[in-house]
Amino acid sequence: MNFDRITEKLEILADAAKYDVSCSSSGAKRVNKNKGLGNSTGMGICHSYTEDGRCVSLLKILLTNYCIYDCAYCITRKSNDIKRAAFTVQEVVDLTINFYRRNYIEGLFLSSGIFKDADFTMERLVAVAKKLRLEHNFNGYIHLKSIPGASDEIMKEAALYADRLSINLELPTEEGLKLLAPDKNREDMIKPMEYIKNGIILHKEEQKLFKTAPRFAPAGQSTQLIIGATQENDLQIIQTADDFYKNYHLKRVYYSGYVPVADDSRLPSLQSNVPMVRENRLYQADWLMRFYGFKAHEILDPLNPFLDLDVDPKLGWALRNQNLFPIDVQKADLQMILRVPGIGLKSAWKIINGRKFNKLNAEHLKSMGVSLNKAQYFIAFGTKFNNLKMLNSSFLKEYILSKAKSKYQQQYNQQLVLF
Amino acid sequence: MNLLTYDHSFEGFLTAIFEIYEYKLNAVEVRREGFPVPGLFTNLRKVVTDTQKADRVFVKLKSALGELGLHRIFYTLLSEDEDCEKHLLNVIRYALKTGDNIISDFSHPSVLKIFQYAQMVGREKHRMEAFVRFKLASDEIYFAEIEPDFNVLPIIAKHFKNRYQDQKWLIFDNKRHYGIFYDLNTVEFIEMKFNTNQSDQEGLESLKKDEFIYQKLWQTYFTKTNIKARKNTRLHMQHVPKRYWKYLTEKLIV
Repeated sequence: MNFDRITEKLEILADAAKYDVSCSSSGAKRVNKNKGLGNSTGMGICHSYTEDGRCVSLLKILLTNYCIYDCAYCITRKSNDIKRAAFTVQEVVDLTINFYRRNYIEGLFLSSGIFKDADFTMERLVAVAKKLRLEHNFNGYIHLKSIPGASDEIMKEAALYADRLSINLELPTEEGLKLLAPDKNREDMIKPMEYIKNGIILHKEEQKLFKTAPRFAPAGQSTQLIIGATQENDLQIIQTADDFYKNYHLKRVYYSGYVPVADDSRLPSLQSNVPMVRENRLYQADWLMRFYGFKAHEILDPLNPFLDLDVDPKLGWALRNQNLFPIDVQKADLQMILRVPGIGLKSAWKIINGRKFNKLNAEHLKSMGVSLNKAQYFIAFGTKFNNLKMLNSSFLKEYILSKAKSKYQQQYNQQLVLF
Repeated sequence: MNLLTYDHSFEGFLTAIFEIYEYKLNAVEVRREGFPVPGLFTNLRKVVTDTQKADRVFVKLKSALGELGLHRIFYTLLSEDEDCEKHLLNVIRYALKTGDNIISDFSHPSVLKIFQYAQMVGREKHRMEAFVRFKLASDEIYFAEIEPDFNVLPIIAKHFKNRYQDQKWLIFDNKRHYGIFYDLNTVEFIEMKFNTNQSDQEGLESLKKDEFIYQKLWQTYFTKTNIKARKNTRLHMQHVPKRYWKYLTEKLIV
């Protein structure tokens, strides 16, 4: 192995892949049979964290950063004057196996610039997955990027060897896509996504009949939306996400604050900050939809199309709906308890269990992990209630904020100044 | 005031529980052997682990608290916390007195506490499954050193055995001076004395030549996958606390 050459390729192709924020390695079960290498338990592991605080779970690289497209937001766009490189199939296999054996990673996340055409590129990605699975008896996690416009036959093969497939919409609306990625069209992205969705449904039917039916993308599909490269508001973003969760059964939608990579009049300037607080609020909203039973229209509406930067979306919702509070933790149903600011999934579960045995008080809730500094204004213990009902929602918001110090204080002040 | 000491084992602890009920001890504390003993104890007893007694307690606790309860008790003991036996005893007494399965009564301080111990130990288990970094030695054994906060080797063995079936590996706990070794068939506990006078140079020679190549490639990858414009040291440190850096290949400068 030519160490220097591999190092250079790794530098270029890891650097180019880093803007894809997906790192999940969960959702697929593969048992290690016959003394093979690796397993997946369905529960992901973050083996490390980069200095930007993101999880490192998979070896995330591009097969190549040669690309025929010229998407303005992308570092590998055709017109960008950067070093180009390409791994061979064997090189990717060797790196994956050797990193995996040392317990550095859960598996591989392989993406690629598009060279020649969609099918040709997708075939190479599939070749890596196939080799790992068939020649190395590798049961670790494999995430492959679906290339827009790839044919059904190749997508089918990809789904047989990969755990997860993803295709990045990147821009929340078609107008945004036309503006920044004129070579791409949304139809080409949706087609492979649709094919995999139907394949997964079909596979589930087959598996009911034959336990041995071959696996088909067991960890499902995901996508990524870039935040702040174009003018979309949060409502449009949340609606797009909701639409794809519903219609394409996505496991995850990732939100990636735009990191300026190009001096282009269509894009924010190179000096602009990454909108990290906004990105965080979108993830919180996404969690509310996926785990807390919120509907997209409850989180945002056309009159309030942006998420508050200074309060989280659940607190925002509760402040707009003060008439529903306070709730009695002893009696309220789980759905309502989950809607109280400061109560998370785990503390809600502890409350539901604990209240069967005892009448709960503030002390109980505190030791269960409830964040009382927020929750206290929305819950009652029998007749006792920290009654701030006389405060209207904007005063209550100010009041709660004055009692708490956000770790984002500095950042959103900065951002607000910019707007 | 009675004090029962046991030999750090799960069975030893269960034996102690048996004896508390056998001798109807009321004012009693249970501790692992070797803890400094304050002067307030008038009656000291060293419990001799007895598997028959332990089994009977095991069966009783299983019917009272279920699999989940036993799991929490086992994990709580691995925390090695000074007060963990006290809370366990509270929970066991509470369960046997009421006759109900009280394992999810989070309004009871000790029930909540042992849930939290178990959670803490579970987190450390997960961390070690993530942070173990194997190095390939010249004798074809993948070798890793760890210093976990809690005694997690017994509960991480299964994960590594399921995952790495076609390579020999050894994970050694430098804090507790024992390790687990997989010889391609079974996992065994081993105790080993390291020659601490061994110079670094000798240590290096026992590694495979390729080993450094992959360590460097991993470091390259780790650096390059980071987005500088998003630097967030606070979050980084929260996920990878400094005490773990010592054995993390990507945090070392080779």
